[in-house]
Amino acid sequence: MKKLFALILSLAMVLSLTACGGSGDTDTTGDTATDDTTTSDEASTDETGDADAADETGDEAEADETSTDETASYDVSELKIGLICVEDEQSGYDAAHINGLTEACQELGIDVDTQVTFVYNIGEDEECYDTAVDLAEAGCDIIISDSYGHQSYMLQAAQEYSNIIFIADTGDMANQVGLDNYKNLFTYVYQSRYVSGVVAGMKIAELVENGELTEDNYDADGNVLVGYVGAYPYAEVVSGYTAFYLGIKSVYPDVSMQVQYTNSWYDWTGEYEAANTLMANGCVIIGQHADSTGAPSAVQAAYESGSTVYCVGYNIDMLTSAPDTALTSAQNNWSVIYCETLESYLSGAGIPTDFAAGYADGAVQISALGPAYADGTEEEVAEVEAALTDGSLQVFDVSTFTIDGVNPTSILIDMDLDYVGETEGVVDGVFQESVLRSAPGFEARIDGITELNNG
Amino acid sequence: MSREKHAHEPWVRIVKRDGIARPKAYGIRILAVLLSLVVSGVFIYAITGLNPIDIYEAMWEGAFGTSRRSWVTVRDAMMLLCIGIGLAPAFKMKFWNVGAEGQILIGGIMTAGIMRAVGDSIPTPALLVIMAVVSLAAGAAWGVVPAVFKAYWNTNETLFTLMMNYVAIQLTSYCVSLWENPIGSNTVGIINQTTQAGWFPAIFGQSYSLNVILVLILTVGMYLYLKYSKQGYEITVVGDSENTARYAGISVKKVTIRTMAISGAICAFAGFIAVAGSSHTISTTTAGGRGFTAIIVAWLAQFNSFVMVLISFLLVFLEKGATQIASQFNLNDYASEVITGIILFFILGSEFFINYRLVFRGKEREGK
Repeated sequence: MKKLFALILSLAMVLSLTACGGSGDTDTTGDTATDDTTTSDEASTDETGDADAADETGDEAEADETSTDETASYDVSELKIGLICVEDEQSGYDAAHINGLTEACQELGIDVDTQVTFVYNIGEDEECYDTAVDLAEAGCDIIISDSYGHQSYMLQAAQEYSNIIFIADTGDMANQVGLDNYKNLFTYVYQSRYVSGVVAGMKIAELVENGELTEDNYDADGNVLVGYVGAYPYAEVVSGYTAFYLGIKSVYPDVSMQVQYTNSWYDWTGEYEAANTLMANGCVIIGQHADSTGAPSAVQAAYESGSTVYCVGYNIDMLTSAPDTALTSAQNNWSVIYCETLESYLSGAGIPTDFAAGYADGAVQISALGPAYADGTEEEVAEVEAALTDGSLQVFDVSTFTIDGVNPTSILIDMDLDYVGETEGVVDGVFQESVLRSAPGFEARIDGITELNNG
Repeated sequence: MSREKHAHEPWVRIVKRDGIARPKAYGIRILAVLLSLVVSGVFIYAITGLNPIDIYEAMWEGAFGTSRRSWVTVRDAMMLLCIGIGLAPAFKMKFWNVGAEGQILIGGIMTAGIMRAVGDSIPTPALLVIMAVVSLAAGAAWGVVPAVFKAYWNTNETLFTLMMNYVAIQLTSYCVSLWENPIGSNTVGIINQTTQAGWFPAIFGQSYSLNVILVLILTVGMYLYLKYSKQGYEITVVGDSENTARYAGISVKKVTIRTMAISGAICAFAGFIAVAGSSHTISTTTAGGRGFTAIIVAWLAQFNSFVMVLISFLLVFLEKGATQIASQFNLNDYASEVITGIILFFILGSEFFINYRLVFRGKEREGK
């Protein structure tokens, strides 16, 4: 009883806050009106409110006669969200999710302090299931996990709590398992990786022109060497480094890339050492798909001891770790993804089962350019970004790369969860990345890229 | 003479106690826990400005707030306890088995491998028995290796068992890459997610009942074994003095090897429980450092099985509480680790005051 009273009291407080905040804004005022009606409903139906809210959307909208407004299906102030993070805010990847969800909630009038629960350092094991179930029992309507390996544990929880929505970010099972309450989200991160590749390509062109490279920086065929620190040898990473490579190639065609895996999403020392290995091989640009600042730190240290080497990061601006050498970082803007999906949920339309978005929606971007960027980069980037936005440029255009010496006409993608491609991914000369499913599916190894330690 | 002695008498001296009454010893321990809570409270307030009582309440909520949380706490405490039970005979024999981490993984690999291979063709009860037996056997064999080297060539068992952890970790990552799903992701995923073959069945409506039952049987069994069996007595004698053991006609070699077989087997059994009874997957983090944490459990309890239950619960409680306060108050995990550190420091420190007492200047003579 005491808890219920506290709940109602806090609801009233949140409501009054929304009312104050939204006074100048027509949208928010509308919301407040509907809030009021549903709150009185809630008070009369007691604790069943939560369960109702998670039930089918259409019915409730019809049943609620007082709210003719389309946005009335769900009450913003009642929504409870849980976010399960694989690390804490010190990892750039998780920071991007935490900040993204926070921004999205602020935009939609969801009070982050009382309505969102963040749980940190949850491993990709049964701890994830425990946490998801715990959040479900704590009354969350939507539970999100941010790492790929969480997905099967989220699925386990989703099977048990059919009236709660479970979103496994970056996962690839939602369109296969056929559960109404199990979703996947991702961004077209390959687009921002491509743009970060363009920045790197401009830098390589400048280094070559100024004669700053030595013989060691070229391979036997005269290509400039680029390195990439990757986490795991599967589609998400392969798609990312291929896009990065194609971005470089679009500016400076004579490059070859080496990929060194760390077999961990977050391993500062491992990434530092991987970068050192690549630099010892002569790589002049070090890109990454791993979540720490290990690689940029190694690059900065090598630069300070006289090497010519620069880096491109992921998720967070690497300028604090590598003030002289960081060119830019490819970034996901999760706030856009979260905002769109939550808005869709609140409107009663439901969360799409498998959703991804890119430059056209502002869901991906690159971070501010570092001081070392080459002249003309800004203009080039703006042009590429505009072309990605309007769709005139496609990253995985099969005419821009070869496999075993020929431009591929067919690249298969896995859609039935056996992790062997069987569905044609190439349509009209372009591999349909993140279209058939939100999680990256480009797994082909193209010419010009060597994986050093994928045994 | 006496004047000089006076000048040199320190303000406080440390004197070994001859013996201490049991209630007094527990009084000191309880006092230590209370003091640690006060010190942690001061720390919390100084750093964050939050009310320490709220923090402790949140920790309690995190561990026992809902029935499911309580069960997860119980499950994890049982896991830790099982490893502690496995380590107890080895440590009592003064055989420093720091290889529990690897022994757990060996049990885990066996369990996961069998679960994957024959999960569909053998009914779960039989499968559980097979997995348990194979895990026990593999753990025993794994544990015997350093024991044989110690018994016959007097190698250093601390280094030996520690190194074997790394062998076990490599074996595990080999198996993970062999069984990984999806390929390249470096995770095995949930084994038999749809059929649940080889998973612990729910008993009395609780998925973790079997974990509790198995570990409690082991706990009682180990208590009786160490305290009342001939073999338990041999372990004590070898631990106290190998020469005495030899003089009494105990084969030190035999006792060393036998005890390590038991120790390794029980630790591997913990791996079986971890895989079949809770995670249903295998990874290099399946042991998750618990093989080392359990050493604290065994030592703090001085190998008394029933005290180990308490210590296991305390450690798991601290861990769950740490996660909760990190989430609830947006404190970084490090803050809660500091609290855990303070509490453990005081508990360990209390052992000092149980074995020694402080004598202040001048007090001694008045007393006598």
